[in-house]
Amino acid sequence: MDVNEKLNIPELLKDLENYRPRRKGWTWRKPLPRDTQIGPFKYKQVSESLKNYVPLPAAKYFGNIDPQPDCIITTEIASGRFEDDIRRMRMAAWHGADHIMVIRTAGQSHYDGLIEGSPEGIGGVPITRKQLRASRKALDIIEDEVGRPINFHSYVSGVAGPDIAVLFAEEGVNGAHQDPQYNVLYRNVNMVRSFVDAAEAKKLMASVNMLQIDGAHNANATAREAWKVMPELLVQHGINCAFSLKAGMKKEYISLSTVPPTATPAPEIYLDLPYAVALRELFQGFKMRAQMNSKYMEADPREATVNHTMNLLISRLTSVDIQSTITPDEGRNIPWHYNNIAATNTAKQMLIGLDGIMDLVELKKEGPLRDKVRELKERAILFLEEIIAVGGYFKAVEAGFFVDSAQYPARNYDGIVRHMDGGVAQDSVLLRDKDYMAPVCEHYGNNNLPAGTKKACDLIGGCTLCHPEKIIYIDELDEEDNAAKRLEAMAEHREKGLLRPEVEWYADGVISMQLFYPTSARVAEYAALALAEKMGIEEAEVINRLPMHPAEGTFLELKGKVNIDIDPAALDIPEEVPLLSEEEIRADIKAKPMAIVAATVGEDEHSVGMREIIDIKHGGIEGYGITCHYLGTSVSIEKVVDAAIETAADAILISTIITHADIHRINMRKLHELCKEKGIRDKVILVAGGTQVTNDIAVEEGMDAGFGRGTHGHAVASFLVEKRRSLK
Amino acid sequence: MERKDDFKERRKHLEGLSDEQLNQRFWELLDQVVDPLAELARTHTSPAIERSVLLRMGFSSLEAKSIVEKCQQHGLLAKGVGNVVLKASAISGRPYREAGLELAQGNLWSEVQAEFAGGAN
Repeated sequence: MDVNEKLNIPELLKDLENYRPRRKGWTWRKPLPRDTQIGPFKYKQVSESLKNYVPLPAAKYFGNIDPQPDCIITTEIASGRFEDDIRRMRMAAWHGADHIMVIRTAGQSHYDGLIEGSPEGIGGVPITRKQLRASRKALDIIEDEVGRPINFHSYVSGVAGPDIAVLFAEEGVNGAHQDPQYNVLYRNVNMVRSFVDAAEAKKLMASVNMLQIDGAHNANATAREAWKVMPELLVQHGINCAFSLKAGMKKEYISLSTVPPTATPAPEIYLDLPYAVALRELFQGFKMRAQMNSKYMEADPREATVNHTMNLLISRLTSVDIQSTITPDEGRNIPWHYNNIAATNTAKQMLIGLDGIMDLVELKKEGPLRDKVRELKERAILFLEEIIAVGGYFKAVEAGFFVDSAQYPARNYDGIVRHMDGGVAQDSVLLRDKDYMAPVCEHYGNNNLPAGTKKACDLIGGCTLCHPEKIIYIDELDEEDNAAKRLEAMAEHREKGLLRPEVEWYADGVISMQLFYPTSARVAEYAALALAEKMGIEEAEVINRLPMHPAEGTFLELKGKVNIDIDPAALDIPEEVPLLSEEEIRADIKAKPMAIVAATVGEDEHSVGMREIIDIKHGGIEGYGITCHYLGTSVSIEKVVDAAIETAADAILISTIITHADIHRINMRKLHELCKEKGIRDKVILVAGGTQVTNDIAVEEGMDAGFGRGTHGHAVASFLVEKRRSLK
Repeated sequence: MERKDDFKERRKHLEGLSDEQLNQRFWELLDQVVDPLAELARTHTSPAIERSVLLRMGFSSLEAKSIVEKCQQHGLLAKGVGNVVLKASAISGRPYREAGLELAQGNLWSEVQAEFAGGAN
């Protein structure tokens, strides 16, 4: 696919009844050997680079390299409309995400069966066969584009766990959350049902090497004081891991969802590091999915990013197989497009920044770290002993053992209590009769197949796992609530190529704005809303309010809608001049030195702009090896030209800021005429710059080029080299 | 009502264990906790499990839901819904998918019930 083309969403939705996934199962990154050279550096913990990517902004100083960490990076994308999420997946993949997790719509856990078609979701996407196929089909294109497999992931939970597990196994979903404890504690699904269903679901997942992520991290998102539930977290991870092994999963496909439980201003690393170490020691051979902390996130994305950076430090000080990311805006809204990218980049930046750190430092083998690791393990063991003492897991849940806010063995008796005969779908489990039989593959438990049956599904001439052509595809059940209708509503807008800002859905019109008011927080908030109204921003809402001082001022972020369309065809966009690379410019100057004279001309004392263009420390043209004779401010045109002749300069650079009575134009014209008069015009390059200067104005007045506001030395140096080549 | 942190007293029997023995104990206890759960799953079924069997047999989600609901109403879920569909196919002499769709329509149930009642339980 052409990288300059947009994904064709209507095209993706076509022919889905015949779509088959190109592979099944989880794929890890391909690690590169230690000390692999990428650009100017050697790396210790990296994997194969991408074919197409957007590197970190500072990469331009390092040959635009984009080294990829050794671990998978997750981003969670689910706006409620998968047709819009697909575009975000492509953007995230270019920044280094290769695990795309799709959150389910609110309420899917309690839906007794599969949802079909493409209805709109709330806080997530209704996971359906159509949605999976369209998304996977898009990911096939995207992974070809970036040159790395992308793992697609969602949730096998709720009262339709086994149904969803079959669907995922059939459709090649690569990873899924599956943890019966999540159903029990947070979705109040009957606990007997949850465990019976989970064994079937896990067996199905295992059959296609789907990677499983557990749900233990929800305990620290739920507990009032998250740092106290660490012993319980070890127990919850343990229960799901041990149960998964019994259901036939292999260790290497069982991943622990682990979150550093606390956040600053707590002494974060002191509390979280021992927990991370204890976990990795107890669960050797399992995979670590390191998630970022979301419990203490509120409106400030800066604060969230710093906490996530601390979490990433723990990943590198211990180990990580899958680094998951939380968008910095998750505390205030459903994540916006570019915040998925921000979170992905936070992970990539930090993991690469910490590359090889354990060659330089080590975790102490005695002292408070070891003491705390030991204590956490012992507390977890005591927890398990008491579960057994009260009569097993179900009894322990009935007694409110889980998500108690005290650090075990202390108890506050405020844990979540569920009953064996309570919850959604209670009494729905029944004992299999002696002649119970299921003629399909990957079925867990007693199965009284007729004597001599080699493979269960031989009885039916093959099941869908062996013969995918037997899958019945349902396109849509609702004529109104579907992707085609949503696309149709904006079809004209799309066809005309109109532009409207968006953060989540196509042309949703949402913009955000940052501002500061020199007043108290509350006054500032209402002032900002009044301002938004005057600016014509609809549905304005303050989404972040940070006092700088009770009286002196408040920083605010505000969002709202502008339903204004811009037609790009009607824009007057000056042609972009491609620049020579910095290396090429330097090489050219080295081979053939260049000298210039520069001055601010006329009665004009402005010097900042010219200094920016010249000075090496501002990235100016000196830095490329060009010899600069700076004559100062308020210099006459005559003096500039004389200096150029004297120094045999290749170019004259004049700065002209004042435009009163068109003095900038007059000075340019005068420079051009004087150079002609002195017979050097064909040998010397003339360049004018200034805040009101444009290339068009400058060329009109006889210059070779003009540079306006925001110009950097690179652009000027590139022009000078190219122009000098053309003069030969 | 709360329980104080009596970790120091409770841990006494763990004090002498090496780190390795501690890890071992952790996994032994987990086995004790999950073994009865795995056994429960091995011997029981649920409407969702049975729907998942029908999906694998090539029924749509809507068909699967309808057949399993009727199977529950007729008290035959403990036989396994796939088993029921195959029985209906044998009785009616029709391919199992067609027989299953008949069951979804509410047909063939009394015949299937009679067949199971006659057989060994």
